[in-house]
Amino acid sequence: MNPAKPPSKRPGWLWPVPVALAGWELATRAAGDLSFPPPTTIFSRMREMWLSGPADRLWLTDAALTDIPASVGRLLAGWALAGLVGTTLGIALGRSPLLSRFLGPLVHFARAVPPPLLLPFFMALFAIGARMQINVILFGVVWPILINSAEGARHVDPLHLETAAAFGLSRGQRLLRVVLPSALPKVFAGLRLSLSLALILMVISELVGSVDGIGFQLLDAQRSYDLPGVWGTIVLLGLLGCAFNAAFLAAERRILSWHRAANQTT
Amino acid sequence: MLEISNLTHTYGSGPGSHHALGGVDLSVAEGELVCIVGPSGCGKSTLLRSVAGLLRPGGGEVLFNGAPVAGTPKDLAVVFQDYSRSLFPWMSVADNVSLPLRRKGLDRPRREEAALEALTQVGLEEAGAKYPWQLSGGMQQRVAIARALAYRPALLLMDEPFGSVDAQTREDLEDLTLRVRGHHAMTILLITHDIDESVYVGDRVVVLSGAPATVVGDLRVDLPEPREQIATREHPGFVRLRAEVGRLVRGPRPAAQHPTPETV
Ligand SMILES: Nc1ncnc2c1ncn2[C@@H]1O[C@H](COP(=O)(O)OP(=O)(O)OP(=O)(O)O)[C@@H](O)[C@H]1O
Ligand SMILES: [Mg+2]
Repeated sequence: MNPAKPPSKRPGWLWPVPVALAGWELATRAAGDLSFPPPTTIFSRMREMWLSGPADRLWLTDAALTDIPASVGRLLAGWALAGLVGTTLGIALGRSPLLSRFLGPLVHFARAVPPPLLLPFFMALFAIGARMQINVILFGVVWPILINSAEGARHVDPLHLETAAAFGLSRGQRLLRVVLPSALPKVFAGLRLSLSLALILMVISELVGSVDGIGFQLLDAQRSYDLPGVWGTIVLLGLLGCAFNAAFLAAERRILSWHRAANQTT
Repeated sequence: MLEISNLTHTYGSGPGSHHALGGVDLSVAEGELVCIVGPSGCGKSTLLRSVAGLLRPGGGEVLFNGAPVAGTPKDLAVVFQDYSRSLFPWMSVADNVSLPLRRKGLDRPRREEAALEALTQVGLEEAGAKYPWQLSGGMQQRVAIARALAYRPALLLMDEPFGSVDAQTREDLEDLTLRVRGHHAMTILLITHDIDESVYVGDRVVVLSGAPATVVGDLRVDLPEPREQIATREHPGFVRLRAEVGRLVRGPRPAAQHPTPETV
């Protein structure tokens, strides 16, 4: 029932991290280039930026309590909206050949537009701020979700649909209890792609149009030649990306447990 | 109850087409249990799918309670031949069984009760919380049967419903079918490839020819009621009917000197 886990899932999989860190430390110290500060410098700068606050606030600084939640909030808002819109439209597209024929080419065109190019447009449309950023994220990341959902909804097992028809399930029940669950593995594949894309768009949108957030902090550090600060922000973004991905995978494992198990046994 | 007249169907067109039904005539009275037998691939499932409104036949007519079948008729349940694929893997066994009951307007406790009752009838009262893929093939088949029974349809269509269960369970399910039919006044159309089974459970046995399928025999089963696995199967009438159906299924192939029995 429980086959050997792949190497990356074993508890020992973290060992390359300290090795890489040690190598990084030695190399940067040997090079002595100011643009490449050693990791110890980066980490102490990170502590200074985000973890040097008063003890009663868990040592979180003002920056940690304002910039990070602001960024993460916008990212999650844009991503969640994209999930809602993308799944709904995707399933409609997947179930309706007519809609698919008319809107399909449009969707593929929209998807092909590199999302950062949306920025000038949305900056013109909305004032700089959360609304503009959430929209950039929404329009940038909705496509993988939409296309994957449509794909999933298109390939529902015909016998499942016949069963639903034979037992007279209503339209709504058919969508909610047969089509949506069938498409869910694909929907999740799209959501996962979009999550990493959303992180990128969050930073980019903050670099050009924001007064707070992690991207703004990065810009600020760069402008003041605070290279450890720049590096620290990049490391923070990497950690955030890993955390989101891990949380997402955990949720997916729970929600799609039937899918993994059913595919293992058949 | 059910009137099928001159039903024809051809899959595909051109050289790759397959003429599956070649004019099937059949009428089923209310409360009857009609077994359909015929060689493999002759078009039994095609016939059933036309009755269920899942397939628009090429020609002919299916009348259900006097009205032509367009879309799936209400008050009908199907046990599909491919039972494992007809269960939803994302729902528990109990949810699979109770899902169609929403249409009957039952509230949640009544649905759960009906699902448990049907699962108990097929001997799976312990399996409600499991998922279909956690069960063996024979158990999945019984879940599909339970789902149809819980629905209490006026017309029950079963496509080789006892194909992958062991002999003992098979006999139990045959008897269950007979009991349920008695209690709930269901009309049942049961497809099987087992000639003994068709004679044992049926009020009538309808024999289809090889493709394109037509009705080559329609035998009334006059055996003492209630049927009983041992006594019925050793009844002289059973033995005679079984031979008769067997000859019809094999078709007018080998013994050319014997006239093939067309009617009874
Ligand atoms: N969707 C389809 N497209 C093309 N041909 C089909 C299709 N479905 C069935 N057929 C063909 O029609 C014929 C009858 O199929 P059907 O499933 O009705 O047979 P059956 O009597 O139920 O067979 P079995 O006893 O094996 O279940 C078969 O030869 C099959 O190859
Ligand atoms: Mg069949």
